Amino acid sequence: MGVIERSLPDNKLTEMIDKVVNWARASSLWPMTFGLACCAIEMMAAGASRFDFDRFGVIFRATPRQSDVMIVAGTLTLKMAPVLRKVYDQMPEPRWVISMGSCANSGGIYNTYHVVQGVDKIVPVDVYVPGCPPRPEGLMYGVIKLQEKIFQMKVLRR
Amino acid sequence: MAVKEEQQFKELMAKGTSLGQVDEDIMRQNIRTQDLWVNMGPQHPSTHGVLRLILALQGERIVDTEIVIGYLHRGTEKLAEARTYHQIIPLTDRLDYLASPAMNFGYVLAVEKLAGIEVPERAEYIRVLMAELARISSHLLWLATHALDIGAMTVFLYCFREREMVLDLFEMATGGRLTTSYYRIGGVAHDLPEGFLDKVKEFCEIFPKRVQDYDDLLYSNRIWLSRTVNVAKISAEKGLALGLSGPSIRGSGVNWDLRRANPYSVYDKLDFEVAVFDGCDVYARYLVRRKEMLESCKIVKQCVEYLEKTEGPVMAKVPKVFKPPAGEVYFATEAPKGELGYYIVSDGSNKPYRLKIRTPSFANLIALPEMVKGQMVADVIAAIGSIDVVLGEVDR
Amino acid sequence: MAEEKKGQKEQQEQKPQVDFDKFPEVKKIKAKYPEAIEELDYFREQLTVRVKKDYIVKVAQLLKEDPELAYDYLEDIAGVHYPKREKPLEVVYHVYSVSRKTRVRLKVALAEGEEVESVCSVWPSANWFEREAYDMVGIVFSNHPDLRRILLPEDWEGHPLRKDYPLEGPPGYREKWLKEHLPYYNKL
Repeated sequence: MGVIERSLPDNKLTEMIDKVVNWARASSLWPMTFGLACCAIEMMAAGASRFDFDRFGVIFRATPRQSDVMIVAGTLTLKMAPVLRKVYDQMPEPRWVISMGSCANSGGIYNTYHVVQGVDKIVPVDVYVPGCPPRPEGLMYGVIKLQEKIFQMKVLRR
Repeated sequence: MAVKEEQQFKELMAKGTSLGQVDEDIMRQNIRTQDLWVNMGPQHPSTHGVLRLILALQGERIVDTEIVIGYLHRGTEKLAEARTYHQIIPLTDRLDYLASPAMNFGYVLAVEKLAGIEVPERAEYIRVLMAELARISSHLLWLATHALDIGAMTVFLYCFREREMVLDLFEMATGGRLTTSYYRIGGVAHDLPEGFLDKVKEFCEIFPKRVQDYDDLLYSNRIWLSRTVNVAKISAEKGLALGLSGPSIRGSGVNWDLRRANPYSVYDKLDFEVAVFDGCDVYARYLVRRKEMLESCKIVKQCVEYLEKTEGPVMAKVPKVFKPPAGEVYFATEAPKGELGYYIVSDGSNKPYRLKIRTPSFANLIALPEMVKGQMVADVIAAIGSIDVVLGEVDR
Repeated sequence: MAEEKKGQKEQQEQKPQVDFDKFPEVKKIKAKYPEAIEELDYFREQLTVRVKKDYIVKVAQLLKEDPELAYDYLEDIAGVHYPKREKPLEVVYHVYSVSRKTRVRLKVALAEGEEVESVCSVWPSANWFEREAYDMVGIVFSNHPDLRRILLPEDWEGHPLRKDYPLEGPPGYREKWLKEHLPYYNKL
């Protein structure tokens, strides 16, 4: 939205435009698959036949340039941290991050020398999904929560 | 310009050739392109995790490969030194998260060997049943992703359908889908729930038919054949020297399955065939795993037969504060990916002094540069898929 | 330490006498390199041969090339740190014979700062295992084709599987490392 982002006053018209924009954004969330460890398998399961993430307009993309939300699934290690940040920086705005699983949330059971204690130390996180690993339903709930969050966003209004 | 070329230039000029002719001659003699370095990963959908490859290319051909690992190094071995023997079981789950019962199995067997614990037979059968189901689910995920990498999307959806059935069985018995932690030192956590065996029988009925479905899509598919036959070949001697084990080496014609070679648990009482094919290529490894799934199904059926007939305890008497004698053991089992070995050094306390985990994927990956040498870039994907690496296991 | 000693004593009492000459491995090594073996051990049906440092490659070659032994598959190399021993570092090799289906464990003890020769020339797969032992425990292998860190980043300090290395790393080391490698780290 560039220059006019969050510059116009509240009125019927801007509210309507916001709603349309948010609806479009929330119903085609294309996640960047950042599968790191065990949770990546549950993320794959969420995308596959039984859970069928496509129903939410969620289609997994392998490149950061085409994606809106990054699902960090698994343990983030120190060696991987600069890569995560680089990939996050390549994503176009607006972008969101879902942290999936205990390891991504807080390091989980791995409080060791080579594990980052939570991805929120590297990138800002919007939704945390707990579990080790979370079930696909858990990830789905996380995505729905993110959609709710997106509907609250103000694109044009101050 | 290289020194050699300069020299040639001088020689030709001395002969009295024209300048244009000299240029052409030198070009013809020295025509070669610079090696192109391509980075692949650690964020790449076809590396099955966070594997990073640096490929040196000559045109489309690979001349050299460097593998960079460690992007998922979580310090499991160090963590294990600070945990008691029982507390390590959940850590082993997260090594090869595609077949966590198989990972537990190797660990508890190693500890039982160290402490000299006898396990009730019923518990052994339950363990084998779960480990073989895990092998099926692991191979299903392998087939799904391997086919997806090569370009067959439908197989992915089909395989996940059956995989969900196996995961449902796990959930029914253990409460967890992926990380089950069902095994205990001296047996299993609790007996199988009511109705479980019927569900397993149902699955065993359906599964061979479903394998037929995958065969319809792949077995003699022309695209599949041209992407896999004669791709990433490796001979038996080279494979053994470079540390290949499990299905990857059985695809090169080596009849070596630890379940048969050094039978552990109750495998010597079970009837199954070791899948061996001697194509040495990606297709042979596909055939091995495909047959292994069916053989595992056979083993599962035999376990169900035994478990239906008998009853009894599923746990040996193991003290709550478990202190094995001082000493060291190495115990190797046949995990879905190959030889899984646990080397435990005990100093007589309730925590291991050192736990070294020899994982199959780590050793299998050593052979990858040899496999892909001289192959096309696109074949790297097929080669990685064919040795079935899991990065949680490689980096530990 | 006292506990460790007590454990060892118990173990010695329990241990029945084993005739080590019945093992072809021991017999062959003794015949060819009589002074190579330092100690033999047999625990839970597993044979351990402790070899002098200078003989490891020769013994490895013998194990692999003798047709009666045919130890053609290297399963594992583990580094272990025993800070209380005189020679604190230990390299443990597990070797398997695919045709004979047997396994033997070789051990080499090293003092701090000593190097052991690499067995890459005998079993090429040793390359990565030795790099791992170097990375985790800090054992240096001479004649290794490419001895670098394998799991940890190349600029890492310290060897995590040493007993004096804290589980969570030296205090503040994780944060320090991240600050050095992430320009944004302080702003978050």
